[in-house]
Amino acid sequence: MLHRHPRVRLALLLGPPMLWLGVAYLGALAALFVTALWTQNGFTGVIERQWTLDSFRTLFTEDVYRTIALRTIGVAVLVTLVDAVVAFPIALYMSKVARPGLRRILLVAVLMPLWASYLVKAYAWRGMFSEGGLVSSAFNAVGLESPGYGLTATVVTLAYLWLPYMILPIYAGLERLPNSLLEASADLGARTGHTIRRVIVPVVIPAMVAGSIFTFSLTLGDYIAVRIVGGTNQLLGNVVYDNVGAANNLPFAAAVATIPVVVMLVYLAAVRRTGAMENL
Amino acid sequence: MKKSFAVVSFAVLALLAASCGTSGGDSGGSGSNDTAGGFTPPDLKKLETLGAGEGKLSVLAWPGYAEDGSNDPKVDWVSSFEKETGCQVTVKTFGTSDEAVSLMKTGQYDVVSASGDASLRLIAGGVVEPVNTGLIKNYADVYPFLKDRPWNSVKGQMYGVPHGYGANLLMWRTDKVKPAPTSWSAVFDANSPYKGAVTAYDSPIYIADAAMYLMATKPELGIKNPYALDDKQFQAAVDLLKQQKGLVSEYWSDYLKEVQAFTSGNSVIGTTWQVIANVAKGEKVPVDVTVPTEGVTGWSDTWMLSATSKSKNCGYLWMNHIVSPKANAAVAEYFGESPSNGKACAETADKNHCTTFHAGDQAYSEKIWYWTTPIEQCLDGRTDVKCADYAKWTQAWTSIKG
Repeated sequence: MLHRHPRVRLALLLGPPMLWLGVAYLGALAALFVTALWTQNGFTGVIERQWTLDSFRTLFTEDVYRTIALRTIGVAVLVTLVDAVVAFPIALYMSKVARPGLRRILLVAVLMPLWASYLVKAYAWRGMFSEGGLVSSAFNAVGLESPGYGLTATVVTLAYLWLPYMILPIYAGLERLPNSLLEASADLGARTGHTIRRVIVPVVIPAMVAGSIFTFSLTLGDYIAVRIVGGTNQLLGNVVYDNVGAANNLPFAAAVATIPVVVMLVYLAAVRRTGAMENL
Repeated sequence: MKKSFAVVSFAVLALLAASCGTSGGDSGGSGSNDTAGGFTPPDLKKLETLGAGEGKLSVLAWPGYAEDGSNDPKVDWVSSFEKETGCQVTVKTFGTSDEAVSLMKTGQYDVVSASGDASLRLIAGGVVEPVNTGLIKNYADVYPFLKDRPWNSVKGQMYGVPHGYGANLLMWRTDKVKPAPTSWSAVFDANSPYKGAVTAYDSPIYIADAAMYLMATKPELGIKNPYALDDKQFQAAVDLLKQQKGLVSEYWSDYLKEVQAFTSGNSVIGTTWQVIANVAKGEKVPVDVTVPTEGVTGWSDTWMLSATSKSKNCGYLWMNHIVSPKANAAVAEYFGESPSNGKACAETADKNHCTTFHAGDQAYSEKIWYWTTPIEQCLDGRTDVKCADYAKWTQAWTSIKG
């Protein structure tokens, strides 16, 4: 009977996922935004359902939140840049230089860190950045002072954690680049550097931007790594966590949480122009 | 296609927004905006008679308050409780009073060990219910000066059982900090030689430690109570903490993180609890603790019963067990605090424990600045100024960390 009613079939097919998208995704976003417009009893922490813009007013008038938002965006940009710079040669080697057998091994090696727990990796970096740890001994050996816990450690840890998310899109983008283009470039007398600059990079930029969506958004929301290796620093995620977990101020936490959403929307709008969405 | 999707999603958002709309504050804190002395807690009934145990109990506790031998086989006062009462205990620990309040509000826990900066908020929010102390046999032995206090009772009605009290101490690495410090200036002074290796407690309530330090070092501010700070005093404490941030390597609220930081040497001096020093010493880290000359902040804890608990009988049995001489002695000794039951002093392994912690010494216990929730009405009795409330403390804490 279903085959006679294509519309019913379509509705049944698309209904559940659309409902999921509507309720679980957009609904949650709406609930977040609505909560941000409520207020809370400072003593008991009970939410009072009265419309107010107080949370947003605090958010925009207190300097500290601007500082934290800018710091978070700065860290996200740095992590993305570090990942892009590190991932490009790895992906290039994997897709254009390595033999097929080695290529498969490298692919597994890139994916392997994703099998280990996030916390284990973050705490491993905590150990390395601690006094007498690997990083500080290495710095001391060349007569430098170890950066210790702080933003440097946070950027390094996050860049390490999200690296696979950058390598894979770039690798996929390079796979699609025909070898004949590289040969043509060489035949026309271009050196390797020239080929990379004029042929490979233009092809790979959209793939890099696609990868950056992952590294950028994952960093914007992270609060655990910075707690483990960030010393006294706090990012937007910590402010949200402190307001939910400690201060019981859900409305304010919701207001803070809208910042990354807005930043991501702006970023995605900018990214759409590069055509990176087709590379996801 | 894209446009219509945007329209649909906007419509969904608008619909949801409308359906979640305002309810005119009918779920607001029932009268809890009132003054400290005069706030009216929600009308909840206390248990009249005790029935049989329900077979399970979910405990929310400070680390070290409900040990079942899994951390150290010799440290165990939960197993005997389970054997006697048949109530199977699950324990969840928390790192700050704020965490305790938000966890307790989920209704998943039956009993909680609440410090003074959490207890009143729990009572006012209707999260915990009044406790019928007549049903708790060991309550009679609890020190009288711990009963009917502003942080554990409202209008003569107890909301729990006093557990014990203790102080936030100064801990340092004996091999890296010389000479042994006697003052909090080691962690607050801008010229502290331990710059970059200081640790501090990651909670707004830590502002009180700075206020207490100012009380001794800057008498011209006129601070009488570190939890009652007018605008000028509050600003001075916040400024001191902002200056301290330059010295801090990291803030701690997870006690294992502090132990690890002291083990690696990333932190060499800072505020701590006795139990943390005990754990660190157990791992052969050379640390020592002291009560600095400026005084100490501290806690006086109360076991409270969730209003929505389905294991209230087990909850009462637990409250009776935890202040029984044996268990109370074991907790007090392990955590490093004074017991609430005078009879516990005969049960401690170290016979000097109660002397060391001044158990039962009312004069000493009055000298500790117990964690209290700061409110707008100044707790030191001033009526001509408004004091910074806890919401302000919380926001200031975020700006201190920057």
